[in-house]
Amino acid sequence: MKKKFFALMMAMLMVLSLAACGGKEDPPAPGTDAPAASGEAGGAFKLGGTGPLTGGAAIYGNAVKNGAQIAVDEINAMGGIQFELKYEDDTHDAEKAVNAYNVLKDWGMQISMGSVTSKPCEATSAETYADRIFALTPSASTTGTIEGKDNMFQMCFMDPNQGTASAQYISDKGLGTKIAVIWKNDDPYSKGIHDTFTAKAGELGLEVVSDTTFADGNDTDFSVQLKNAQDAGADLVFLPMYYQPASLILSQANSMSYAPKWFGVDGMDGILTMEGFDTTLAEGVMLLTPFNADSTDERTQNFVAEYQKRFGEVPNQFAADAYDCVYAYKQALEAAGATPDMSAEDLCAAMIEQFTSMTFDGLTGDGMTWDATGAVSKSPKGMVIENGAYVGLD
Amino acid sequence: MTFLNFLISGISLGSIYAIIALGYTMVYGIAKMLNFAHGDVIMVGAYICFYAVSRFNLPPLVGVILAMIVCTVLGMVVERLAYKPLRQAPSLAVLITAIGVSYFLQNTALLLWSSNPKVFPSFFVSGSGGTGVELFGGQLKISYVTLFTIIICVIIMLALTWFTGKTKMGKAMRACSEDKGAAQLMGINVDATISMTFAIGSGLAAIAGVLLCSAYPTLVPTTGSMPGIKAFTAAVFGGIGSIPGAFLGGLLLGIIEIFAKAYISTQLSDAVVFAVLIIVLLVKPAGLLGKQIREKV
Repeated sequence: MKKKFFALMMAMLMVLSLAACGGKEDPPAPGTDAPAASGEAGGAFKLGGTGPLTGGAAIYGNAVKNGAQIAVDEINAMGGIQFELKYEDDTHDAEKAVNAYNVLKDWGMQISMGSVTSKPCEATSAETYADRIFALTPSASTTGTIEGKDNMFQMCFMDPNQGTASAQYISDKGLGTKIAVIWKNDDPYSKGIHDTFTAKAGELGLEVVSDTTFADGNDTDFSVQLKNAQDAGADLVFLPMYYQPASLILSQANSMSYAPKWFGVDGMDGILTMEGFDTTLAEGVMLLTPFNADSTDERTQNFVAEYQKRFGEVPNQFAADAYDCVYAYKQALEAAGATPDMSAEDLCAAMIEQFTSMTFDGLTGDGMTWDATGAVSKSPKGMVIENGAYVGLD
Repeated sequence: MTFLNFLISGISLGSIYAIIALGYTMVYGIAKMLNFAHGDVIMVGAYICFYAVSRFNLPPLVGVILAMIVCTVLGMVVERLAYKPLRQAPSLAVLITAIGVSYFLQNTALLLWSSNPKVFPSFFVSGSGGTGVELFGGQLKISYVTLFTIIICVIIMLALTWFTGKTKMGKAMRACSEDKGAAQLMGINVDATISMTFAIGSGLAAIAGVLLCSAYPTLVPTTGSMPGIKAFTAAVFGGIGSIPGAFLGGLLLGIIEIFAKAYISTQLSDAVVFAVLIIVLLVKPAGLLGKQIREKV
């Protein structure tokens, strides 16, 4: 412990002395922690983010990191704006996310990708707000992530929007009239979607006949929830949750011979790549996601090919969101005429101005815009799992 | 019929708790320590079996035996390295060490096997592809996993009772549990006896791991921790140290949990389960089948 502390002190001293060197040619704005950036990195913007690179949600963290890395490499190869990307592990834990964020700040992060998952991002967004570092999260979707923070933006739908969009979609396509919802009541992500879904479903005349929950430590046996849905005659079950409990629900429903239509949300993405998962169980599962890897769009195809070449799997929506984040930053930085020697605080002001006024075309939607709260406006695509792969519904 | 369905769900969940609780209670009964790492030994057992069967295509039975061997060795190593040096230390120190071992195992598993969830293969499928016995024209269904778990539970329970009651080693174990110092004076090798207890407990954990993951087939490095805590609760509920008590406690806990979900509220099920536990402990502090031991002064 003592040794580590000593090493840390030495590292800090070295960073400070480096910063002092840089300071001679280019005095940094007072009250920022960006000076280290103007040291050796030279002409690159320091872009940082935290995400679960290990732990139960690692599939999302790694997808985001990989997607962002591809975008950064492409942009750097083009010349012009240069990025330096750094991801720190937060294991989907709010406390560790703040520690990871502090590591990034010491590294000299100028603009942030926030955190990948919602709970940690609610914690780091409070930090970026206080430190005036602009953040654009690819995937943290709760309202709490952006609420009351003028410099926190989202690339994904906000949960409430996902709930309303799902209800709207189910109603428009006539997928079901009697709906059961199984949700995780200790997870703000799941609860956020559930609340707006049931409200919107009521407006649209969809009948929620069964509304049951589970929580951490209680997430292995779903026979009661499924029986309840079955007895209530639900013809569609809405699952606002991540894919791991969803896989158990699908397999238990199968052994009960209960086969309603299944409708998931973006957290369902990843179920097909679970090792040993019998993908026939997920046959016919529908979900709303802004990204379709089978799209014929040229940029999407290039991205999917590159991702498969490097990481050996089809990118999910999280990877695409992260890819879009980096390109959105590129567009905004170019429009603002920003340079890498600007302080994080100045960049923050410039980015807020750009993001609230620009229109961005990415892999996850055309003509995206952001309002002052930081929420994105784009249209989701319906997808269905057929023969173990995602196919567009429209 | 719905009631019977819920009862069967409760029994299948409870039988899993019971089999884990047997391991807890066995170690507590002899070594008088709470081995909080038990749940994580279960996880290790499940991973070994998963890799043996899914990656190396070994027959399930070989996978289970391999898992038992690895877990038995692991249990003895953990006991030797982490618990033995603390034999004379206050029990609180050992308890904290056990929690440390638990985290150590979880994080090692995270490094070795990554966090991506694995889906455990199902062993309990009949020739025609069925997964359970159907009664009343398919209205009730008892899965083979549940039947098998209960049978295994009963066998283990009887075997343990016989072992601790009749064999020489078992008698030595009971002697150690009663009074370590006196046992040593009578020529019993206390260290070897406790080591043996851990070996048996960990071997049972491997079986429990395979059954847990057969019933609820997702496997991540934290798979064992929550069922481990629930099973610990079950062991306390039934009377910790008592072998039939662990079985009864496990089954009851599973049934109460499912009934609370079904008839009270899915949101409150855990609150109900633990409220029942508190009430039982208030009325019978030693648990349902626990022995009230009077301290001689």
